[in-house]
Amino acid sequence: MALLEVDDLCVTFSRRGQRPVRAVDGVSFSVDAGEVVGLVGESGCGKSVTSLAVMGLLPRQPGVRVDGKAVFDGTDLLQLDDRSRRDIRGRDVAMIFQDPLSSLNPVIPIGLQVTEVLTRHRGMRGAAAGEEAARLLDRVGIPDPKRRLKEYPHQLSGGMRQRALIAMAVACKPRLLIADEPTTALDVTIQAQILELLKELVRDSGTALVMITHDLGVVAGLCDTVNVLYAGRVVETARRRPLFRQPRHPYTVGLLGSVPRLDAGRGERLNPIPGSVRDVLPWPDGCAFAPRCSRRIDECVGEPPDLVLTHDGRSYRCVNPAPLPGVTPGADIRATAPTEVEPGSVPAQAVPDDPPTVPGLGPAPREEEKP
Amino acid sequence: MFRFIVRRLLQLIPTLFGLSLLLFIWLRRLPGGPETAILGERGTPEMRAAIRRNMGLDEPILVQYARFVRRLIRLDLGTSTATKRPVVTEFVERFPGTVELTFMALVLAIGVGIPLGYLAARRRGRLLDHLSVGGSLIGICIPVFFLAYVFKAIFSENLGWFPSSGRQDPTIDATRITNFFVLDGLLTREWDAAADALWHLVLPGLTLASIPLAIIVRITRASVLEVLNEDFVRTAEAKGLTESTVRRRHVLRNAMLPVVTSIGLLTGGLLSGAVLTETVFGFTGIGAFVADAISQRDYPVLMGFILIIAVVYVLVNLLVDLSYSLIDPRVRV
Repeated sequence: MALLEVDDLCVTFSRRGQRPVRAVDGVSFSVDAGEVVGLVGESGCGKSVTSLAVMGLLPRQPGVRVDGKAVFDGTDLLQLDDRSRRDIRGRDVAMIFQDPLSSLNPVIPIGLQVTEVLTRHRGMRGAAAGEEAARLLDRVGIPDPKRRLKEYPHQLSGGMRQRALIAMAVACKPRLLIADEPTTALDVTIQAQILELLKELVRDSGTALVMITHDLGVVAGLCDTVNVLYAGRVVETARRRPLFRQPRHPYTVGLLGSVPRLDAGRGERLNPIPGSVRDVLPWPDGCAFAPRCSRRIDECVGEPPDLVLTHDGRSYRCVNPAPLPGVTPGADIRATAPTEVEPGSVPAQAVPDDPPTVPGLGPAPREEEKP
Repeated sequence: MFRFIVRRLLQLIPTLFGLSLLLFIWLRRLPGGPETAILGERGTPEMRAAIRRNMGLDEPILVQYARFVRRLIRLDLGTSTATKRPVVTEFVERFPGTVELTFMALVLAIGVGIPLGYLAARRRGRLLDHLSVGGSLIGICIPVFFLAYVFKAIFSENLGWFPSSGRQDPTIDATRITNFFVLDGLLTREWDAAADALWHLVLPGLTLASIPLAIIVRITRASVLEVLNEDFVRTAEAKGLTESTVRRRHVLRNAMLPVVTSIGLLTGGLLSGAVLTETVFGFTGIGAFVADAISQRDYPVLMGFILIIAVVYVLVNLLVDLSYSLIDPRVRV
């Protein structure tokens, strides 16, 4: 039994006079205790909304509708009443946010912002709470914690602020930590430090971590399992290594291919995915990625692609996935000129149940695509 | 902090000199003078000149101003040309009434405005929100003198709940110490006198409060709505804090910043805007007195009034800045 089991989560925003927007459209994933799970995707793919829905932090307005299940340790978080939800939040499930400056209350000292969690969930008060808060700040690597407790957010540097936010999140030793792009607002050296800190905390405490990011570097350095989201659905799930070596979903292939590389030749151009997230097909009408996909075939449109489970524990949602290298004879032909493939011209032997491959065999498809 | 206060108080001195010089010259440039007010249209030029000489108005303006400043330093504002009594005495008698009225209006505007604005924001789009937003629009639009008569007609003439005019029932033989009637009643333990004075303040206070109340409701509502969307409120929610902690510690405190600023600005307007309200309610404050002084070109009274208002305005805004820095550490002095 996984620690967190998100099942068919849907979030719909509706406004009068406008078509309802399905920001999250049937997302399912699971997190085991002590595991680091990545939710990866472009802006607008629904990763933040997913995390806010799990935390119960979406605005409680008539236009916001959340369906599905998010079972944490046997209880469905989405069915809880407000009070029990507040009991769990910050104690068993905690969250770290993107922009540390705006996520901290500007008019309250850091100390109170840490101790209020301790008071709420651990019943600590006064000097004991202060001691514990100082210990927490020390734990997340803030020097001179006693002095910092009395300071205000604007007196801290960006990295310090994110460390303080992390201290607040781990104050009650939560079993699940959700980090929503925790390094996006920080500069690169600080990013590395913060990731290192998160890694350390997860290792030491056995906390499970859901890492929401668009940064594949973060995924590579941290995650055990990766869920790639597109237009509100998980399009591919895999362990980190297989995903980076042999991405199957064309969107994952595109994501990996668009990462700029230091070892690329001078003057080599970036490989962006054509189009933008706005060019989506509604899922009921077929694959949402089809309008931007270089491997599109006729079967992509018409009905939504099913989730394909392979027997190495991966899954993807594609009828014409990127081939595993060196396996299917036709794979090389297809892979060398993916953009020239006309819809329908690809033989339908791109069967989902490809035999498993040994990781590390053959070059990654990304490199293969360049003639 | 202390140095900040001293610096601000020292800044008051050049401000007052500049203001008084400007007004001194400007007032004397207005057509008609005290001699016209005294003599009417019938006075001969000789009589006018005699009166002007008598009042020292024939001297060069800067000489007159120097004399004004010399007296001002000894806290002497001269003698009213209309009542022939020292301006300071007149003010000591009348100003407390206006201050009491202003204070009452402020307490009502803040005490009702902030909770109402907060509730409207929490119940955004529902009945209470529409009522308070609509009501505040009416509050801003209705002329104060009209509202005063409406209140008088309903609450005092029809229902008889409140007295219609004056500061205190004349049959009460109250002891005067500070001329703040409510305060005097409390100091001398004449509870009935204090209660009666307070009762007399309700209707004029409500009238005077109408505009600032409406403004405070709107600013509070907008500010709370803005803060509710802030990331740090989401953080507070993510910590699992109880709703009342989130509300008090994270929402209200941040939402108060713009409200406090607006209260400072409104106070000055209240003091000088009390004129109409005082006139309708026969309230012996400074308002009606100054209105007379304007038509009679009573220069000493006008100068004194403007200077006092300026001092109060600066002091109130100093207070606002101080409380602002208490709420917001980012502007701490």
